[in-house]
Amino acid sequence: MISLLLILIPLLSGIASFFFKKENAAKGWALLSSFATVAVSILGLTILNKTELLQFKCNWLPGLGSSFSIRLDGMGQLLCLLTAISFPLIFIATWNRTYRNAHNFFALMLLSQAGLMGVFLAMDALLFYFFWELALIPVYFLSSIWGAERRIAATFKFFIYTFVGSLLMLIGLIYIHSLTPDRSFDIRSFYAVAIDNKTQHWIFWLMFVAFAIKIPVFPFHSWQPDTYEQSPTAVTMVLSGIMVKMGLFAVIRWLLPVLPSASFAYGEKMISMWVIVGMIYASLLAWRQDDMKRLIAYSSIAHLGLMVVAIFSESEIGMQGVMIQMFNHGINILGLWVIVEILERKYGTRKLSELGGLAQKAPAMAIFFVVVALANIALPLTNAFVGEFMMFTGIFTSSMSEYEMITVPAAGITIILGAIYTLRMVQKVIYGNTNALTETGTDIGYNEKLVLGIIVILIIAGGIYPQAFLSLTEETTKFILNEANIYPSLGK
Amino acid sequence: MNALIISGIMGVVMMFSGILLKQRSSVRAVALTGLFVAIVLNVMEMSGFHLFKIDITGMMKFDRLALFFNTIAMGCTFIFFLLSAKEMEKVGLNYSDYFALIFFILCGIILSSSFSSLLILFLGIEIISIPLYILTGSDKRNLKSNEASLKYFLLGSFSTGLMLMGITLIYGNSGSFSVEVIAESISKPDVKPGILLIAGLLLLMFSMAFKVSAAPFHFWTPDVYDGAPTVFTSFMATIVKAAVFIAFLRLFYYAFGNIHETWKLIIAIITALTLFIGNITAVFQQSVKRMLAYSSIAQAGFMLMAILALNASATEGILLYTTAYCLATIGLFAILVKMKDYTFEGFNGFAKHQPLLAAVAVVFLLSLAGIPLTAGFLAKFYMLNAVIEKGGFLWLVIFAVLMAAISVYYYFRVIQAMYFKEGEAQAIEVSTSFKWTIGLVAALVILLGVYPQLLFSWFYF
Repeated sequence: MISLLLILIPLLSGIASFFFKKENAAKGWALLSSFATVAVSILGLTILNKTELLQFKCNWLPGLGSSFSIRLDGMGQLLCLLTAISFPLIFIATWNRTYRNAHNFFALMLLSQAGLMGVFLAMDALLFYFFWELALIPVYFLSSIWGAERRIAATFKFFIYTFVGSLLMLIGLIYIHSLTPDRSFDIRSFYAVAIDNKTQHWIFWLMFVAFAIKIPVFPFHSWQPDTYEQSPTAVTMVLSGIMVKMGLFAVIRWLLPVLPSASFAYGEKMISMWVIVGMIYASLLAWRQDDMKRLIAYSSIAHLGLMVVAIFSESEIGMQGVMIQMFNHGINILGLWVIVEILERKYGTRKLSELGGLAQKAPAMAIFFVVVALANIALPLTNAFVGEFMMFTGIFTSSMSEYEMITVPAAGITIILGAIYTLRMVQKVIYGNTNALTETGTDIGYNEKLVLGIIVILIIAGGIYPQAFLSLTEETTKFILNEANIYPSLGK
Repeated sequence: MNALIISGIMGVVMMFSGILLKQRSSVRAVALTGLFVAIVLNVMEMSGFHLFKIDITGMMKFDRLALFFNTIAMGCTFIFFLLSAKEMEKVGLNYSDYFALIFFILCGIILSSSFSSLLILFLGIEIISIPLYILTGSDKRNLKSNEASLKYFLLGSFSTGLMLMGITLIYGNSGSFSVEVIAESISKPDVKPGILLIAGLLLLMFSMAFKVSAAPFHFWTPDVYDGAPTVFTSFMATIVKAAVFIAFLRLFYYAFGNIHETWKLIIAIITALTLFIGNITAVFQQSVKRMLAYSSIAQAGFMLMAILALNASATEGILLYTTAYCLATIGLFAILVKMKDYTFEGFNGFAKHQPLLAAVAVVFLLSLAGIPLTAGFLAKFYMLNAVIEKGGFLWLVIFAVLMAAISVYYYFRVIQAMYFKEGEAQAIEVSTSFKWTIGLVAALVILLGVYPQLLFSWFYF
């Protein structure tokens, strides 16, 4: 019931929003709907945390062996919570923005939320694919209609990229489906199916390309900076905070346990190596960026890359680190985008070279900015530290890993680079002398203080007391690793 | 059988209605009523009600597939009439004759979807083709229409010749026109099929490929579709094509299913070629009408996969595919026919002036591109599933999805023009009833995309 509500609330309120006439009414409606989703999500975590309430199943396409089956497990809880929390924060942070045809804007935002929820909840491969695309279509329209100047080309590139990826994934899913003994798309049949090594290897690539594009993993990342830059900031927040997690999530849920031996064969040796190359490359690019949106986009590639490496290390602590880091990264990057949104609205620019001296003019913003930036570097006491620490431990101690002496130091370099580019950004924006543009700067308003305040609380709470998240994801982690276990076949 | 006779009678009635009825709206009303009666009787036949007791053993077989497809074809024609019948007035003066010709085509469709003798197949295909030659050239003062008609007639007769030749050779081999006898003559695994049969099979395959505009027999399609009056393009690119596909599937399933292994590679190559040429050429078009012509070739490539797979999910799949494709393309053409400028630029700023029509056009385009939540996705899914179940043609499946990704480029160009580009949209007139109808068609496309059981529960009545 809870799980069904998480999809239905945004879906139905999104459709209803198309029929609103006034902008403020649509805004208020969207905010109300997103609060309702948060409430349901928190209820599902606390009071109504019973198995029968968290799952829902009904017939859908019996001829194909597919059913409408959704369930909240630990990882799903966490990501649904992230999706639920992000949307009201996004709506409040961008409250002062006006959009042409605002009712359509908010309708599409809510529809994309429904799609995202569905991806995290689906326990049926075909249903998963459905929601995977459903999340993409509204975002494509949002970016193409309300984006910046080069929006049409940039978002189309993004769409084609992800669409090609998902079609290849679809072939993979159908092929696995044809191998299951009961011809079913159910996740349990997928986990139970035994696929010989040779077949696993090419199915792995079909599916991994889709996820790699979404994450994005170098060299499939070229859509990302352009799309982040050209999308309206509210959409960039959805894209970078939540949507990219779809890729990581899918690797954990649909790739590792289904194709364990191929994941082991490629994940450790090949993918980790090239992801690390991509991380260093993205970090260096981030260092040289002048546009804040592009800088954060590249920094995101580096952060997500580390999560990919940790996933393929297949250790319990690393995997748990990934799960909570998916949540934390979502919160942190949301904080950064809120700052960018404020700067852009106030000063009309995102260029580091044109900003400066804002600590004097906007002290409250400066404090929030520094905290969020420190979280982006993963300083102790912030949430990201916990996640990154666990991931590094996982990679280092993993019994699957044969190259940890190379991977860990190489990935460690990106942490240092992360500090360099993040602090450079902070320095250029808030320190130094004011210039003609920032001379007249003012501090942030109440709604922005509220959003940034919540984000900072989440950052610090996650840094001090991660236990709640750890116990939430423990069961899923063990289950996934058990399914992905190839020790019996390896004879270790 | 019921529907065949009713639509035959309706064809004659419509021919004379032009003399008796002065009002065009009453001509339209008669046609819609007649078609509605035919649909109802056909649905009743599905549950065993026969209006006429005629012995058709050995000639035709109104099995589940035939009856069900006839319902789909006539249902789509009904929608086509509702949406575009008014536009036929603009083509020429002989309004009622156009309806008569369409009813005759429906007769041909019913014949060719239910044949069990090659003679009936030939008759069906010819009864479809000859009225189409006329409809293509019905815009008499337009040179392009004349050219298209002549081209279609010449090439069409040529392919008919091929088909006759093929039937003759097969008759020479098995001594019968009946598909059952033909199938039996090649049912023994140890006996190799004779050269006469193989030659006949290939000729039949090529002529059918011509009729469904599969590459490399597709050259007539863009010119004919482009030259014909847009209303009739809409009819021939959808319902007629779907019917020929069902005939194609029936022929190769019932007659040549036993020697599937010998001809499947040729079909696979034709499929790949069709997908490639249709999609790549569509990318370069400047006119939406011509783009839809190439898109119909590309979609034919996907439908050919059913003939390659030839299993249960292929049959279900082709029924869903033809429905999805017909609904989406008829809907798009219904909007297109109201516009003056057929180029992509003509759609600039369309969403601002006609928000509802733009929204439904998006649904149709997404369906053609095969995006989930629309019928087009599940249709493509069934096809891919059928080929993967068949096994051995994974290269084709991967190739097909890459081509589907290319198709996104040209379908989305229309969406981009409508929504993201500024421009003076053309003023077009739409009635409220048109808006309702097309809105319902779009809703149907989404409904079939979410819950196709709706369609299949009819199939397994």
